[in-house]
Amino acid sequence: MTAPSLTAIDETSLVAQARDGDARPFSELVRRYEGKIFRLAQHVTQNREDAEDVLQETFMKAYEHLDQFQGNSKFYTWIVRIAVNQALMKLRRRKTDKSVSLDEAIDTGEDTVVREIAAWDEDPEERYTREELGAILDTAVQSLDPPYRSVFVLRDVDELSTEETAEALGLSVPAVKSRLLRARLQLREKLTRYFKRKGGDAFAYM
Amino acid sequence: MPLLTCKDFLTELSEYLDDSLDAEIKAKLDEHMSECPNCWVIADTTKKTVRIYKGMEPHPIPSDVEARLMAALEKKMAAKQRLSP
Repeated sequence: MTAPSLTAIDETSLVAQARDGDARPFSELVRRYEGKIFRLAQHVTQNREDAEDVLQETFMKAYEHLDQFQGNSKFYTWIVRIAVNQALMKLRRRKTDKSVSLDEAIDTGEDTVVREIAAWDEDPEERYTREELGAILDTAVQSLDPPYRSVFVLRDVDELSTEETAEALGLSVPAVKSRLLRARLQLREKLTRYFKRKGGDAFAYM
Repeated sequence: MPLLTCKDFLTELSEYLDDSLDAEIKAKLDEHMSECPNCWVIADTTKKTVRIYKGMEPHPIPSDVEARLMAALEKKMAAKQRLSP
């Protein structure tokens, strides 16, 4: 008899089974989230080797401390928190004399300058192939400052709530909101260079 | 309530797009947008920015990275299971 597929099982049951010491459900949880955790680790550390270490350490720690996972939050929020802590430790070790935190002072004094104001094509996605579009979106996110980047990825790409993002990153809700606003405005600015309506009809909708 | 400036508008934009503003402030923003083409464009293109990123899947994890992750985990799981009664 073949073992039943784990892909359709909901997360709470997987966590419960994994907690009983079963290795297969835990591997399924890893499979579900490894890509997102690796992406986030790369965004925080900006270094592939460190990101790979963070990925391994995150799932090792999660497995080790699974009994401490309360189930009040999503499993993903819990492992993001572990991953972010591991990533920050890496950064601290890299700059031994300087402590690093995602909460470090960032430029909040001035509003993001809006230089580029132009309407976009109705369907900017149609102008590029999937690969080209993916590269444009990736490059734009990479160019954000790290404190904005993690917030944006968790909130708008992974679609966590504001509260979950705050919990995962150890930030206050207002800090998440203000970083998200800045990240969105900066990305809007960058993407406008690619997606703005061509020719002199940038304001043709009016 | 005084009229919104463009700066006020930008400050509230994120929450406007997330639809998490009080009706009264939301109405103020709508009013501002109907009179300020620049803010309308910024709101529209920011909305499209959020939409285009939503749910973007990560690149598949490189196979060598995944192989090392799974090897490390299997080792750890085997060690834990040896310890269990």
